[in-house]
Amino acid sequence: MIRVVLPPHLRGLARISGEVELDLQAPVTQRSVVDALESRYPVLSGTIRDHVTQARRPFLRFFACGEDLSHELPDAPLPDAVASGAEPLLIVGAIAGG
Amino acid sequence: MSEVRVLVGTRKGAFILTSDGKREHWDVSGPHFAGWEIYHLKGSPVDPNRLYASQSSGWFGQIIQRSSDGGKTWETPGGEALPTPGAPPTGQSNKFVYDTSDATGKPLTTHQWYDGTQHPWEFKRVWHLEPSLTDPDEVYAGVEDAALFRTKDGAHTWQEVAGLRGHGTGPLWQPGAGGLCLHTIILDAKNPKRMFIAISSAGAFRTDDGGTTWRPINRGLHSPYIPDPNAEIGHCVHHIAMHPARPGVLFMQKHWDVMRSDNAGDSWQEVSGNLPSDFGFAIDVHAHEPETIYVVPIKSDGEHFVPEGKLRVYRSRNGGNEWEALTKGLPQANCYVNVLRDAMAVDSLDKCGVYFGTSGGQVYASADAGDTWSPIVRDLPTVLSVEVQTLP
Repeated sequence: MIRVVLPPHLRGLARISGEVELDLQAPVTQRSVVDALESRYPVLSGTIRDHVTQARRPFLRFFACGEDLSHELPDAPLPDAVASGAEPLLIVGAIAGG
Repeated sequence: MSEVRVLVGTRKGAFILTSDGKREHWDVSGPHFAGWEIYHLKGSPVDPNRLYASQSSGWFGQIIQRSSDGGKTWETPGGEALPTPGAPPTGQSNKFVYDTSDATGKPLTTHQWYDGTQHPWEFKRVWHLEPSLTDPDEVYAGVEDAALFRTKDGAHTWQEVAGLRGHGTGPLWQPGAGGLCLHTIILDAKNPKRMFIAISSAGAFRTDDGGTTWRPINRGLHSPYIPDPNAEIGHCVHHIAMHPARPGVLFMQKHWDVMRSDNAGDSWQEVSGNLPSDFGFAIDVHAHEPETIYVVPIKSDGEHFVPEGKLRVYRSRNGGNEWEALTKGLPQANCYVNVLRDAMAVDSLDKCGVYFGTSGGQVYASADAGDTWSPIVRDLPTVLSVEVQTLP
C-alpha cells in the first residue's frame, strides 16, 4: 500500500481528506504513482504533470524520507520505505513569495 | 419577480451574489474554489443554471468547472467519475492542447516574445469563457498564450479553433503586460457565423465563417508606443463591447483610447472625448440603449488606479465623445483601485443595472443605469471578472 500526501488545493479539488492510499505493483515509481492518482481521480490529470509532455509541473516537488526526489527520473524506483507504505510520498506545492 | 445573479471571479475564489429585481438586498455565496484564481465564470444564455468557470493556479494549472444548478454545486466534467475499462480517457476537461496538425492547425509554433525574438506557444490559463447563444453544451474559451478553443460536449473535451492562430499574423503577436491573452469573445446573435475576439497585444479579429478563417480588424487604431503606430497587428486592445441588437457597432477600450466602429470592425474612430484619461480596461453597453456606454478611466499604463483618487464611472449617452462622470455612492477621495477588463457587466432589467468589481475587492451595483451606486460587497479578494444573469 502506497501512501501519498497531496497539497491542500489538490485535496480540495479531488475531494480527498487525508492521505491517499494506492495499491501498486513493483517497481513503484513517480510515474506509476501519478498514473494511479490520475486513474482514481481523473480531475487531477494535468495538475501534477503536463497533459502532453508528462513533465512535472514546475512549482510542484516530490519529497519522501527527508529527501527531495523531484529531479529523479520518472521511472526510477521510489525508496523502499515508500514502496512498503512505511513513509508517504509527499507532493508539495513549492513555496514562493513571502 | 425577476432575479439577478452576479457571478464574480476573484484571485482567491468565486462568489455568487443574488438579489430580487429591486436589487437592494443581496445574498452572498462563496468562496467557491477557495484559494484558486477564478479568471471568469459565465452562464449559458439558453440554460441560465448551466454555469462554466475557469479555475486556475500557477502551481496546478487549469481546471474547468461546470454547474447545472446555478452555482449551488459544481463538477469537473469527466473528472468526477471513475473510468470504466475500455472507456475513453477521462480527466480531459482541463486539457487545452494547441492544434498543430497540417490539416487544420498548421504547424505554427512561435509568437513574438517581449524582446522581439520568437517564442513557443505555451498554454497557461483560460481568461474568458463564452457560452454559445443556442447550445448549453457549446462554449468558447479564450486562452493564454492566445488561442481560441471550443467544446461541444459541455466542457468534457476542448478543441482549438485553429484558423485564428493559423491565419498568418501569429508570429507577430506579442504579449502585453498581463501575458499574450485572448480575453474577449463576442458572438453575433444575428449572424451565427460571425464572431469577434481580441488579444493583448495583437488586436481584434473577426470571422464570418464560423471560425474557419479570420482577419484582423484594427484599421483606425493608433498606438504610438509600437514601431508602426498604425500597424495591422500589435495593438493592445483591452476589451470590446457590443449591444446584441446592433451587432455591427462595437465599442473598444484600448490600452489608451476609447474607440467605436460602425462597420463590424472594418474601421475604428476614437471617441475618448472629454474623458479625464482614456486609458482603462472595462467597457460595456446599456442593455436597452445601444448608444449608452460605460467606461472606468484609469490614470495610466504605469499607474493602474483611478485618477485623482476618485472612483468614477463615465457614461456617454451618444456613443462616445461626450462623457459624464457618475460618482454618487462611489468613493471620491483616497481611492486607488483598478477595474479589470472583464469586471463590468449589465443586467437587462428596467432600469438597466450596471455592475463592476475592483482590485480592492468591492463589487458596486447601480440599479438606475449608473445614476447612483452602492457596494454589494466590500472586502472580497481582487476582483477579476463580473458577469450578470437576469433570471425570470
